[in-house]
Amino acid sequence: MFFNDKEETFKKKSEIRVEGVIIKPIEKIETVEEIVKEIPKIEQPKEISKYNHTLDKDLFTSVKKAKTRDGFGEALVKLGEINENVVALGADLCHSVRSMWFAQKYPERFFQAGIAEANMTGIAAGLARVGKIPFISTFGVFATGRNWDQIRMSIAYPKMNVKICASHTGVFSVGEDGASHQSLEDIALMRVLPNMTIIVPCDKIETRKATFAAAEIKGPVYLRFGREDVPVITTEETPFNVGKAEVFRNGNDVSIIACGPMVYEAILAGRKLEEENIDARIINNHTIKPLDKETLMDAVKETGAIVTAEEHQIYGGMGSSIAEILSQDDPTPIKMVGVKDRFGESGKPDELQRQFNLTADDIVRAAHEVMKKKS
Amino acid sequence: MKKITDISELKELARKIRVDIIKMTNAAGSGHPGGSLSAAEIFIVLYFNIMNHNQNEPEWPDRDIFILSKGHCCPGLYSAMARAGYFPVEDLMTLRKLGSKLQGHPHMRALPGLEASTGSLGQGLSIAVGAALGMRLNKKNSRVYCLMGDGEQQEGQIWEAAMSATHYKLDNLCGIVDRNRLQIDGFCKDVMDTDPLEKKWESFGWNVITVDGHDIPELIATFEKAKEIKGKPTVIIADTIKGKGVSFMENVAIWHGQAPNNEETKKALNDLGELH
Repeated sequence: MFFNDKEETFKKKSEIRVEGVIIKPIEKIETVEEIVKEIPKIEQPKEISKYNHTLDKDLFTSVKKAKTRDGFGEALVKLGEINENVVALGADLCHSVRSMWFAQKYPERFFQAGIAEANMTGIAAGLARVGKIPFISTFGVFATGRNWDQIRMSIAYPKMNVKICASHTGVFSVGEDGASHQSLEDIALMRVLPNMTIIVPCDKIETRKATFAAAEIKGPVYLRFGREDVPVITTEETPFNVGKAEVFRNGNDVSIIACGPMVYEAILAGRKLEEENIDARIINNHTIKPLDKETLMDAVKETGAIVTAEEHQIYGGMGSSIAEILSQDDPTPIKMVGVKDRFGESGKPDELQRQFNLTADDIVRAAHEVMKKKS
Repeated sequence: MKKITDISELKELARKIRVDIIKMTNAAGSGHPGGSLSAAEIFIVLYFNIMNHNQNEPEWPDRDIFILSKGHCCPGLYSAMARAGYFPVEDLMTLRKLGSKLQGHPHMRALPGLEASTGSLGQGLSIAVGAALGMRLNKKNSRVYCLMGDGEQQEGQIWEAAMSATHYKLDNLCGIVDRNRLQIDGFCKDVMDTDPLEKKWESFGWNVITVDGHDIPELIATFEKAKEIKGKPTVIIADTIKGKGVSFMENVAIWHGQAPNNEETKKALNDLGELH
């Protein structure tokens, strides 16, 4: 039931369901890069039974870190093997984004577009028109901003089967490159487009699953991941269904709904709140569109207060999408943890995380504030 | 699709397309007659002589692909497709009306046979490059045609696509520039000069052929010649007259995006030999 990093077999006991289609379990995947880093222990929770039992068993003792972009790169290689219609396109950042792994294995199905994201996007639309499943990938700012009109016109409107994959998203997940490369608006840009599915996986393993799932969805998908090592929270057994948020910790005092690397911060925040006898529900909301209203409304009914946490602008991001639903369907106190209407800057990831108030402590603070507003 | 080789028959089809364009835009009360009229012969030559396609099976995997990058000129494309049997000719009068498959700019999901949704200029050639790469991967001999405007040459993405087409040696790709010299704000050379256009395409490594875009035999011969060029894409720069065939529309920028009223329609149809 727990992820074993020594075993290179990629077993998937849980099915992935996408629009009613069950994805066949994938037997094996080549692990291109091992999980390398470890971070200090935190204390084991008192009530471990409140946690999703499929999470990594070492989550609280010796959590490992890995790059979500590696998960994308590995899955793309595997997809190349199992589906000959899968093609990949890059815009000169292919080593960084990990599409180069696909390019090395399937050179005839890889198309380098050079530093020309608009053209890459259009080429992908054309490839999709004749039956291919193109994965375009580059840094988040260029994958969604440089080519937004091309995504809107050539992909989203005609519902082309193109997967837009973005690494180097967020602010602390990018680090020293600074604001020009810190993608904090991409979810907003993609969220306004009809026909777009948006997935923001929380760790390397989930990014791998999300990449496979993207290939199964018939239509445009935006897949958001990052550059830096982030804690590995999930295992192969953790359920991953597009459009279905997963409760990682049960609780009834407040709900923390997070995506991407903020899911780990939410788990840390939950631990801290436990110490204060605050029983937080922690939800990994990896699919931002279509949003899992059922899990959201259950959280509203059963906890009465919502904290959202994302590595994105609070305007137009996941928190906004939840607030839009709450304000219309069931007005509920909400606090958003995210980047507050400012551009990023250069710095070390941990420095930026504090600078931009994207830590577990910030989530704890938001939980305290929002709970005061509960009726 | 059975190919028509009789030139007088093709000329008559081009005339019919022009009549349709006038009637459609008049019925819609808006639309883009100017650039549709300038490209009438190009549409006819492609759909009735050059391209392999099947009106009864629009998704035929071996088909040639046509992408209208200058999407606003869809009245001409819609007419050619209707006349080729993709849908009933009488449906042309639903242009731009609520619920119509004939959207104001082409939408692939609305009308079977359309290969892309266009209307935001500069994007079609990139899609054509992708389709050409895909057809090559699919081991098809299909050719991909992309009709652009000359004003559209001002879009940077055209040149990104041009660069990539030669990089990938796409000899199954043929671009066409409908060089009618006018865009919505006036003469292209005044708005943003794209000349010398031939030299620009040549410098991007394309095989460039300039033709009279209203001369049907010349167009046919040029498209056939382009099929023989190996190792690089071809662009056909077709010199045309915007508003061609309608006396008061010819070379007048305002008819880029304005529909004729009933009186103007009568005059236009008279010019086109439809009213005697």
